[in-house]
Amino acid sequence: ECSISRRIYPGSFISTRNSSMGILPDTLDRSSESYSRNSRVMDGLVSQLHSHIRKVMEGGGAEAVKRHRSRDKLLPRERIERLIDPGSSFLELSQLAGHELYQESLPSGGIIIGIGTIHGRLCMLVANDPTVKGGSYFPITVKKHLRAQEIAAQCNLPCIYLVDSGGAFLPKQAEVFPDKENFGRVFYNQAVMSSEGIPQIALVLGSCTAGGAYIPAMADESVMVKGNGTIFLAGPPLVKAATGEEVSAEDLGGATVHCKTSGVSDYFAHDELHALAIGRNIVKNLHMAGGPEASGQTRADYKEPLYDVKELRTIAPTDLKQPFDVRSIIARIVDGSEFDEFKKLYGTTLVTGFGRICGQPVGILGNNGILFNESAQKGAHFIELCAQRNIPLIFLQNITGFMVGSKSEASGIAKAGAKMVMAVSCAKVPKITVVIGGSFGAGNYAMCGRAYSPNFMFFWPNARISVMGGPQAAGVLAQVEKATKKKKGIQWAKEEEEKFKAEVVEAYDREGSPYYATARLWDDGIIDPADTRKILSLCISASLNRGPETTKFGVFRM
Amino acid sequence: TAPSIKSSNNQRIEKILIANRGEIACRIIKTAKRLGIRTVAVYSDADRDSLHVKSADEAFRIGPPPARLSYLNASAIIEAANRSGSQAIHPGYGFLSESADFAQLCEDEGLSFIGPPASAIRDMGDKSASKRIMGAAGVPLVPGYHGDEQDIDFMKLEADKIGYPILIKPTHGGGGKGMRIVQSPNEFADSFLGAQREAAASFGISTILLEKYITKPRHIEVQIFGDKQGNIIHLYERDCSVQRRHQKIIEEAPAPNVSSDFRSHLGQAAVSAAKAVNYHSAGTVEFIVDTVSGQFYFMEMNTRLQVEHPVTEMIVGQDLVEWQIRVANGEPLPLTQSEVPFSGHAFEARIYAENVPKGFLPATGVLHRYCPVTVTSTVRVETGVVEGDAVSMHYDPMIAKLVVWGQDRLAALIKMKDCLSKFQVAGLPTNIDFLIKLASHRAFQNGEVETHFIERYKDDLFIDGANSISAQEAESAAKHAASIVAACICQKELATLRDKAPGGLHLWYGNPPFRVHHFAKRKVDLEWENQYNNSGSDLLTVSITYLPDGKYLVETGESNSPGLEIQVTQLSNNDYRVEVNGLSLNVCLAAYSKDQIEHIHIWQGNCQHHFKQRMGLEICDDDETIDKPARVATSFPSGTVVAPMAGLLVKVLVKDGEKVQEGQPLLVLEAMKMEHVVKAPSNGYVRGLEVKVGQSVQDGVKLLAIKVSPLF
Repeated sequence: ECSISRRIYPGSFISTRNSSMGILPDTLDRSSESYSRNSRVMDGLVSQLHSHIRKVMEGGGAEAVKRHRSRDKLLPRERIERLIDPGSSFLELSQLAGHELYQESLPSGGIIIGIGTIHGRLCMLVANDPTVKGGSYFPITVKKHLRAQEIAAQCNLPCIYLVDSGGAFLPKQAEVFPDKENFGRVFYNQAVMSSEGIPQIALVLGSCTAGGAYIPAMADESVMVKGNGTIFLAGPPLVKAATGEEVSAEDLGGATVHCKTSGVSDYFAHDELHALAIGRNIVKNLHMAGGPEASGQTRADYKEPLYDVKELRTIAPTDLKQPFDVRSIIARIVDGSEFDEFKKLYGTTLVTGFGRICGQPVGILGNNGILFNESAQKGAHFIELCAQRNIPLIFLQNITGFMVGSKSEASGIAKAGAKMVMAVSCAKVPKITVVIGGSFGAGNYAMCGRAYSPNFMFFWPNARISVMGGPQAAGVLAQVEKATKKKKGIQWAKEEEEKFKAEVVEAYDREGSPYYATARLWDDGIIDPADTRKILSLCISASLNRGPETTKFGVFRM
Repeated sequence: TAPSIKSSNNQRIEKILIANRGEIACRIIKTAKRLGIRTVAVYSDADRDSLHVKSADEAFRIGPPPARLSYLNASAIIEAANRSGSQAIHPGYGFLSESADFAQLCEDEGLSFIGPPASAIRDMGDKSASKRIMGAAGVPLVPGYHGDEQDIDFMKLEADKIGYPILIKPTHGGGGKGMRIVQSPNEFADSFLGAQREAAASFGISTILLEKYITKPRHIEVQIFGDKQGNIIHLYERDCSVQRRHQKIIEEAPAPNVSSDFRSHLGQAAVSAAKAVNYHSAGTVEFIVDTVSGQFYFMEMNTRLQVEHPVTEMIVGQDLVEWQIRVANGEPLPLTQSEVPFSGHAFEARIYAENVPKGFLPATGVLHRYCPVTVTSTVRVETGVVEGDAVSMHYDPMIAKLVVWGQDRLAALIKMKDCLSKFQVAGLPTNIDFLIKLASHRAFQNGEVETHFIERYKDDLFIDGANSISAQEAESAAKHAASIVAACICQKELATLRDKAPGGLHLWYGNPPFRVHHFAKRKVDLEWENQYNNSGSDLLTVSITYLPDGKYLVETGESNSPGLEIQVTQLSNNDYRVEVNGLSLNVCLAAYSKDQIEHIHIWQGNCQHHFKQRMGLEICDDDETIDKPARVATSFPSGTVVAPMAGLLVKVLVKDGEKVQEGQPLLVLEAMKMEHVVKAPSNGYVRGLEVKVGQSVQDGVKLLAIKVSPLF
């Protein structure tokens, strides 16, 4: 551990005086058995992921797409392509929302959300997919829409709603309509964001019925397409039933009515392309303060990592019991593989340190084993440090939990864990979590799980999430069950107990899958490990769109 | 006021006023500068910011845009000369260059006229008189009638005597204006009257002469030069046979496929012609050569420096403008006949703003892109415009002259073709592609030139809509070009956006653009004016996939082609290095917008393509709730007759509501002193005729409509 004997790694002339002290070494043993096994298994996982993605990219199927196109409409992702700056990046989130969630398939949850730039301004785009159940809102659709708004509010992103939806999915109205985080919250969020100066823009490209009518109505500015765009509280059939009035959809709530007479909409578009062009123009004319230019920390010239980012696929642990050094992952995420470690020799099961991702400074926390008292305290310390300096935090989660046992309890591990949770909860810097392996127990909390509102959270395809491991849970539950049976005087046969345990393991396995998680929006998407650096860079950039904030921590239990 | 230094016999010219515009004014200024002579330009309001004005030491406004009020306004020009203290006036070509009165006026005012004596201009200006003089001097003449009697019946009898086909020609003027070829007696009257009208409009004198029409003629002219001491030499001949609308487009020196014997006979005849009128300064004696009999006849003498003089300069290595100034100074010719060098071969290609498919109609517009080839010791570009200038309807639509020299004819020809393909003009239609086709034609390469060359080989030179093979070739070439254009657009757009991106946002403009679990794709729509397609332009939809290595996979929707993998490196604002499926080449792109249309031109290899993209979707300031028929403003309802070119309406031959037959003349437009008859596209009734005689119309505007019904 002597700096004089530091190896000099290829691809970089290291001057210890000028450059970063910590270039991470290439520790990957490419001839090892685990290397080839990992790459084989991960290749399978990634191609399985890609095949799921290909499926949802087709939307509601060939027939629905054909019908949609016959109305001179573009598909939602095509609409987004035309709306964002030509040739710019688009960070689509939660592509697999709704995956195997309902009896009917609901590709991408019937709504496409993501972040892109329009005239050099980052925006949150929310596009209904009318080829999927007519664009109607299932519970997961609502959840995804609300998640998009949450990110927009957190990152100060103007919202562009590409509306083409039949409104709430009536058979599931009980799960869609009444609760706090249900459909009504969409409009509440619009109002609140608008009040905070986050622009709300609606492009009405299709129907916008009943509750849906409030999306354009609540927007700061709205555009309607002649012929295709309609806004009404009740459609022609309902009007006829209610009042006997016979009226066409266009005359009832078409673009002409709303742009010329009612004033519900502001811009009249001759066709969809025109509407998208007007949408771009509206963003061009936004005069928002702040933005990433204010942060001033980003460097435009940065180095790529020294090692191939594709190797992240082979480093990712496909067998969670197998230990590996999280630094080999960090080495493929940070600029120039330069990582200045903080408290390297203390609490070594948590790796903490500073680096940059595409020129953007970050503080990284990565698990290298179980969280001990020291590692948790070190984590809390490091988070405080980054909060103080306005440095975004990256959590690389691979955690089975905190150390258990009498020694650990006696040393006050709950106190140490609470410190880290306090720090994670209160730090007002962008936080991004990537689950690169296991996410179990309170480790999930300390490492900024979903409940801690990280700005973004992603899973690798090999990841697992649950309150504890399947076998452990089976053990615990079997003990409880056995005790209950014993009280009742029932003898539990060995094979029955094994069957019971197997069922628990199976359920944990199913519910711990990243697909189960992403379908329910416990994350913002499953990503290819090789894309991690790119996605993190975009997420940080988007998060920095809100200027720095002051952190105020609660009471730390000392 | 400037001191008035008038030239005396031993006083040399120190300051010249150039009574012209455009490339010739610039050309004269160049030589004057080299000689240390100061220059004075004159300009009309249309030319206030033009190159010749900027190039000169001083410039004087002489009037409004129409030539008769400015460049033909002799008294304004003389006044400018006097005010500027010029000792001499160079008239260039065209305008007042062949006005004996103007030459006389200069001499009367004590200004040296850099050109021949007024008497020689007068003698040669009247074509009938000139032929009498030439006949007397023993110069061979084409059989014809050159008399004063102009009665139509009498003229018809004379025509019958000469025999058809015959040529009808105004006695005054030049450049083919007013000329008519009459194939048979029954066409005589119409052509005769038309020629008279055009002559009157152009030259103010409507006298007509008749000549035997030679069916396979060559146009060969001899450059002569004389001094005030009475020495006259010739500087060899030029072949100017290749013409359209009776105007030259490619000239060369020396004439191909002629013997040195013929050359010296021709030269001697030219010198005799010049001697007969006591000529001095630069002049050109034009001959018509009957390729069947090998006979040559005197046609006319141009008493000025000609447009195509540079080809002669290139083969004799002399500066004829310098010679003109020296002669005007009273110096003797610098060379004797035997001392005149003769080396290699030179071509001149005239680059015009014109609409080749519409019968070479003059075009107007802005030179949104203008990048001539690089000038070297063997490549000259004579031009009077720069990028951003407009070619207006007031003057000649010539944009530039490309002059190249080679060791021999083929070497010069190769160089000319190369230069033409690299000569970048965008913003208005030009004849460059046509010139390339012409220069590439086998018969032209063989030197088989004659004045009907373009007509004879029209099937090779013009687009033949029925030729499906060349239509397919043209389409696949256009698709290939469109693919490259699309890739270059993507590359440029990304770089521009990245440079403009605030703060850390440049990350969002990486190449390739990031997508989660898929490749970014986009479509680029390019409209291509397919000349094989009568209904106009084809829409080429190019779909682009951004590949992970920064290349573009470009597909044009052809099922049998797998698409092109294109890598683009932008070298400068307009220049790109493109690698297409392993083949690397330089391309140049120029883009400009006009009338809500983005125009994109690409030059690659030896071809040029022009694409259009609709834009301006974001701008909509009219009542948006009113249904708009279409965003393409160029389409009119069927039966609409639009102006084929910008010009002055000189005749309206029909009345509103009148019944007309298909092909019946409706209106006569005039531009660049050329008449163009607008004919009825179909049988029907004239409707919506609101244009009047004397009105200027723009290219593409509605003139009237022909409808099947007379009622509204």
